[in-house]
Amino acid sequence: MRIRRLTHRGMGRPRVAVLTGLVVGTLALSACGGGEADNALTWYINPDDGGQATIAQQCSDASGGRYTIETSLLPSDAASQREQLARRLAAGDKSLDIMSLDPPFIPELAEPGFLAPIPEDVVERTTENVVEGALAGATWKDELVTVPFWANTQILWYRTSVAEAAGLDMTQPVTWDQLMEAAESQDKALGVQGAQAESMTVWVNALVESAGGSIIVDPEATADEIELGLDSEAGTEAARIISTIGREGLGGPSLPTQNENASLIGFQGDSGSFMVNYPFVWPATSGAVEAGTLDQEVLDDIGWAVFPRVTEDQESAPPLGGINLGVGAESEKQDLAFEAVECIVSVENQAEYFVTNGNPPSNTEAYEDPRIEESFPMATTIRDSLQIAAPRPQTPFYNEVSTGIQQTWAPPSAVDPDTTPGSSSTFITQVLRGERLL
Amino acid sequence: MTSAIPARTTTAASAEPGPHLDTGEDKGNGRTGKAPKQYSERVRAERRLGWILAGPAFVIMLLVTLYPILQAIYESLFRFRLTAPGEREFIGLGNYAVILTDPVWWSGLWTTVLITVVTVLVELVLGFALALVMHKALKSVRGLLRTAILVPYGIITVVSAFAWFYAFDINSGYINNWFGWLPGIDQDLNWFAQGPTALFVIMASEIWKTTPFISLLLLAGLAQVPDELTEAAKVDGATWWEQMRKVIIPNMKAAIMVAVLFRALDAFRIFDNVFIMTNGAYGTEVLSLLAYRQSISRLEIGLGSAVSVLLFICVLLICFVAIKLFKVDLAGSQGGK
Repeated sequence: MRIRRLTHRGMGRPRVAVLTGLVVGTLALSACGGGEADNALTWYINPDDGGQATIAQQCSDASGGRYTIETSLLPSDAASQREQLARRLAAGDKSLDIMSLDPPFIPELAEPGFLAPIPEDVVERTTENVVEGALAGATWKDELVTVPFWANTQILWYRTSVAEAAGLDMTQPVTWDQLMEAAESQDKALGVQGAQAESMTVWVNALVESAGGSIIVDPEATADEIELGLDSEAGTEAARIISTIGREGLGGPSLPTQNENASLIGFQGDSGSFMVNYPFVWPATSGAVEAGTLDQEVLDDIGWAVFPRVTEDQESAPPLGGINLGVGAESEKQDLAFEAVECIVSVENQAEYFVTNGNPPSNTEAYEDPRIEESFPMATTIRDSLQIAAPRPQTPFYNEVSTGIQQTWAPPSAVDPDTTPGSSSTFITQVLRGERLL
Repeated sequence: MTSAIPARTTTAASAEPGPHLDTGEDKGNGRTGKAPKQYSERVRAERRLGWILAGPAFVIMLLVTLYPILQAIYESLFRFRLTAPGEREFIGLGNYAVILTDPVWWSGLWTTVLITVVTVLVELVLGFALALVMHKALKSVRGLLRTAILVPYGIITVVSAFAWFYAFDINSGYINNWFGWLPGIDQDLNWFAQGPTALFVIMASEIWKTTPFISLLLLAGLAQVPDELTEAAKVDGATWWEQMRKVIIPNMKAAIMVAVLFRALDAFRIFDNVFIMTNGAYGTEVLSLLAYRQSISRLEIGLGSAVSVLLFICVLLICFVAIKLFKVDLAGSQGGK
C-alpha cells in the first residue's frame, strides 16, 4: 500500500510539471504575440537623454496614424550595441524595423545583407546638405546603406588661462607638439584617451589620418587580403605623439585608464589644460556649474578650437562618430520604416536633438537654427570640424582591427614609434587570417 | 551563448546528481542483499520511483548542459563567423592548434591559475577563521553574526565589482586618499594601469565576495566534529593548536576538500570582476573573458567554441584531480555517512 501511494505521488509530479510548462509556455507565447499592431515600428535606440523617444512620439503623431514608433533600448556602449544587433540580425529577427547604428560597425552588417536597401527617392531626400564624413560612414561599397542622423566629432577644448600662460595663439591652428610643449612648461595634464578601449582607436585613427595616412589601405578587401597602413610614416608619427605623451607623463597618472568621461573630470580639475573630446563636454560642464559642483570660473575659462594638427602645414582630420539609421532586411514593414526614418532625420528634429541632447546634426542646414548658437556657442567649430572629419576604417572586420589596435597601442607609455606600428600591423593581420586570438 | 553555458553548469552537472543517485542505489542494494526475491518488486518500485523523481531533472540537465556542450564541440571544428554565414568551413582541429600555439592563451591560463590559487588559499584561511568565530559565538549573537558575515555573498558580483572599481579608481576612488600613508600608495597610483596592482584589486574583491561561501561550507564541517572528541583531547591536555591539528581538521577533511573544489571551480571561471574592472587590459586577461571575446565580441563562433571547450576541459581536470587524487567524497560531506 505504502509503495503504491508513494508511486502514485511520484507520478503526480511530472503531471504538475507538464501543466506548469504548458501554462508558462502559453503565457510566454501570448506575451510575444500580443499587442503588436500592424503599423507599429520598433526603433532600437542607443541610450540618450530621451531625445530619440521624443522624436519617435512626434513622428508617430505627425504620421496621422499611419505608423507608431516604439523605442527599444540597446546597451550603453557601442560595442555591446553592435553585439546585440549583430546577433539579432544574424538570427533573422523581424522586429528590427529601425536601428540606431554606430558608423564603424555598418559595413559588418551591410556586407552579409542584413540591412534593407534604401529606395532611391529616400536617398535623394536624406543626403542633401549632409556633411561629407557622415555620408562616408553611411556608405558601403559605393552605396548608401544607412541614413545619417547625427554626427559627432572631437574638438580641442582648452583652458584659456593655460593657453595664455604658455603663449599659444589659439586663433590659429595648433599642433600636437605645441600642446605637449605647453603642457610640459605649465606642468599641466593633457586630456587624451589612453585607456585600452574604443577611444584609443579613435585617437590613433585621427592621428594617422591627420598625418595623411590610413589605418587600412583597402577597406573593402576580404579578411585574408586586407592591407594595413599603420606601418608607415603617418603611423610612426602617430606613435611618436602617443608615446611622448605616455612616457613623459603629459597625460597625468590616470592616462592608461582614461576614457572620455575621465578626461573631462581631469580637464575640469586643477591640472586641466588642453583636451580632445566630444561636444558633450559643454552641457556636462554647464550642468555641473548649475548643480553647484563646479565653479563658474572654470566654465568661463573654457575655450574651443578645431582638433590639433600633426604637422603644421596639413589640416587635421578630427574623429568622426554619430549615429545612422538602418532598416533591418527582415523587417516586414520596410516602407513604413523608411517613411519614419525620413521624419526622424528631418532638419527640425536634428536641430532640436542637438539643443536638448547635445548630439550635433549631420545636416548643415540644421545649424542655422537660432537655438543652437544659444545653447552651443561652439556650434560653428563643431560644424567646421565635421566637414574635415575622417571616419574610422570602414571594413566588415572593424571589431578585429579596433581591438587589435587597442591591445597594441595601450598603455601609451609602452608605445614605441620604431616598433609599435609594425608589430600592431602584423598582429592585426594574423588575427584577420585566423592565426591569432584577440 | 554556447560558449558560456558548458563551463558554467559543470559544477552542477558533476556534483549534484551524484549524491542523489548514489544514495538511492545504496539503499536498494542493501535491501536486495538481505532477501533478494522477497523484496524484488519493492526494489523495482523504488528504483522506478527514484527515476521518476530524478528523471525530469536529469532530462533537463541533459538538455541544458549536454546539448550545449556537444554543440560547442561540434562548432569548434569549423571556421564560422556569425556575420558571414555563407563562409562556414570545416577545419577539424585547426581552431585548437591556433589557440594552443598562441601566447595569449597561455598568459590567460597563467593569470587564471594564479587568481584561482591565491584566492582559494586566502579564502580557505579566512573562511576557516570566520567559521570558527561563527561556531563558537554565543547563541545570542550567532544569528546576527552569520548574517553580517554572509552579506558580501548576497551581493551581485557585478555590483560588488563596480563598488570595488570605483573605490580604487584614480578619478573617483577614495583608497589612495585613505591609505596614502602606506608605502607605495599615493594620490598618483593608478591601480588599473598595470597587471600586478589590477590583479590585486580583482583578487581582493573576489576574496571579499566569496569568503562567506567557503566559511559556510566549513561551518557545516565544523558542526560535524563530535564534541566528545575535542573534550577528550582537552582532558588529555592537548593545546588549542593540537586540538585543531589532530582532532578538528582531520575530522572535517571532507568538508574542506569539498569547499576547496567548489571554490576552485568557481574561481577558475572568473569573469565579472575582470570584465568590469579592466576588461582584460594590461595582463589581466582570463580564460572566460578570452572565450567571450572570441565568440561574443568577434562573433567567431568556431574559435570561441574551441576556447570554451578547452576551458571546460580545464574544469574537468580540476574535478578529476580533486576527486580521484585527493579523494574528495562529495556524498560524505552532505551528511550521508
